[in-house]
Amino acid sequence: MAFLELKGVEKFFGPLRAIKGVDLRIEKGEFIVFVGPSGCGKSTLLRMIAGLTEIDGGSLHLDGRDITKLPSSKRDLAMVFQSYALYPHMSVFDNMSFALRLANVDKKIIDEKVGRAAEILNLTQYLQRTPKELSGGQRQRVAIGRAIVRAPKVFLFDEPLSNLDAALRGQTRVEIAKLHRDLGATTIYVTHDQVEAMTLADRVVVLRDGAIEQVGSPLELYDRPANQFVAQFIGTPQMNIVDTTALPGLREVVGAVDAPDGFIGVRPESVMVRPAGSGKLAGHVELIEQLGADTLIHTKVNGGVQIVSRQAERSTLHPGDAVGLDIAPASYHLFDRQGRTVAAQAGRH
Amino acid sequence: MKNFALIVRTLVAWSVTLLIVFPLIWLVITAFKTEQQAIAIPPQLFFSPTLESFHEVNERSDYLHYAANSVITSVVSTLLGLAIAAPAAYSMAFFRTKKTRDILMWMLSTKMMPAVGALVPIYVMAQTAGLLDSLTALIIVFTLSNLPIMVWMLYSGFKDIPADILEAARMDGASIWGEFLHVIRPLAMGTLASTGLLCLVMSWNEAFWSLNLGSSRAGTLATLIASYSSPEGLFWAKLSAASLMAIAPIVVVGWFSQKQLVQGLTFGAVK
Repeated sequence: MAFLELKGVEKFFGPLRAIKGVDLRIEKGEFIVFVGPSGCGKSTLLRMIAGLTEIDGGSLHLDGRDITKLPSSKRDLAMVFQSYALYPHMSVFDNMSFALRLANVDKKIIDEKVGRAAEILNLTQYLQRTPKELSGGQRQRVAIGRAIVRAPKVFLFDEPLSNLDAALRGQTRVEIAKLHRDLGATTIYVTHDQVEAMTLADRVVVLRDGAIEQVGSPLELYDRPANQFVAQFIGTPQMNIVDTTALPGLREVVGAVDAPDGFIGVRPESVMVRPAGSGKLAGHVELIEQLGADTLIHTKVNGGVQIVSRQAERSTLHPGDAVGLDIAPASYHLFDRQGRTVAAQAGRH
Repeated sequence: MKNFALIVRTLVAWSVTLLIVFPLIWLVITAFKTEQQAIAIPPQLFFSPTLESFHEVNERSDYLHYAANSVITSVVSTLLGLAIAAPAAYSMAFFRTKKTRDILMWMLSTKMMPAVGALVPIYVMAQTAGLLDSLTALIIVFTLSNLPIMVWMLYSGFKDIPADILEAARMDGASIWGEFLHVIRPLAMGTLASTGLLCLVMSWNEAFWSLNLGSSRAGTLATLIASYSSPEGLFWAKLSAASLMAIAPIVVVGWFSQKQLVQGLTFGAVK
């Protein structure tokens, strides 16, 4: 049996079925990321695991125990909130030791555990300050410290980085990854940012409209998306999706002559820009985005379809220039009209 | 022109203030007069003050007995009120539903009915329960009549506490009582204090129910004052002395807690 198991978990808000029977098995020590667009139910699902939102259907099991109806205080989970939710009237030390003090843990052990967590998180010199005397990044570390001091069965993170600026976000992301590697604690992490999902997760759970679209390792999702939604949600810039009726010639260009009616998907890095006259497709440059390390070239292919390509080299092209395009062999994804992935053809990896 | 406006405004403000405070000032002055001086025409502004009336009040009626009743009824009803109102406000502030607003309005609306409208049923209930002229009856009535305002004040104080702080406490293993003790109480100390103080004052000043449900045994200071307005006529000096003795304690309490009172009453209004 899995360490944490969700069986047909459901949530209703009035007549609305917000979480539609989610089944998920999480193994001990795994780093799971729930990702999806806003309103997909990822935070609700996390709060249901936390016990902050009631589970209306199905069951939740932790370490062999049914905890569906157990109050949060008895679940032995720790949560890091988006707003940090530190106790404003307590010092950093008191914030971090609150759970242990409630549990009547010996004072010496509390000092030792808080001391160790503070050291890991570089908070030792701030232990006597109150939260309002700290910067956003420090507050976030206190919130994480409060969670690790308790050594809970599972860590829950609810969009913990979204209140930080971009530089700090990247830095804290690395710290969280390191922390997980050192502590090996089972973690569920909610984010709408697919970069966080790809970099942190052992397995990513992609959610949409309260249901799981796909579960898999980051590269599985990237290379073998179960459907068009996952294909477009994972990866920046988004996968190019072309309707087979809009550009019938694309079937031959990508090498999928027998592709059924539907959509063909190609990742931007599989599209190569060629000088005008060469390449299997012809078009005009619409926009160039120079990102430094990468260059994104938006091309309007004759026939009106827009295709984005991503290349490591800088480009001297300008909007309006005529170009040709090639697509790397066997790099396509096929979707039917409902957006489901069509089984890979022979010859594909 | 600007100065003129300022002078007019100042004058008006002072006159209005004097108008409001004058009866109180006159009450204090009269308390230190003899009965003859008190009814002298024209009224005497200058006289040699005497404590005669205070002595007489203390001799004729047992001031301490009534004062003790006032203290007991107001303190107990305040504590009881807080114990009932705090959980109510907690659930309304942190587990809001579509009906919460309506329930709050309904609670407040009960304060809009004149108390005398409920006199007969409450009197009969107290009589049937054998609670006439008992402190228990007064405490119950005081508590219930203060509850709507207590719930309102605590609700508006509590709802300024971010709900996720309470959720964090829950995740940290706090029971509801733990949440209240370790998170809400320290964060809402101002609200709790001002609500308690206001109710203390209101219970202390309550006259309608203590006059109608209480008498010599359970009477509060309000009953004591009223007893000096008798069919045989008013004894102004003694009435004033009794009134002064009745209001003095609560005025002192109010003076020292103004800050909390004002803070509590304007809660949410300035934020």
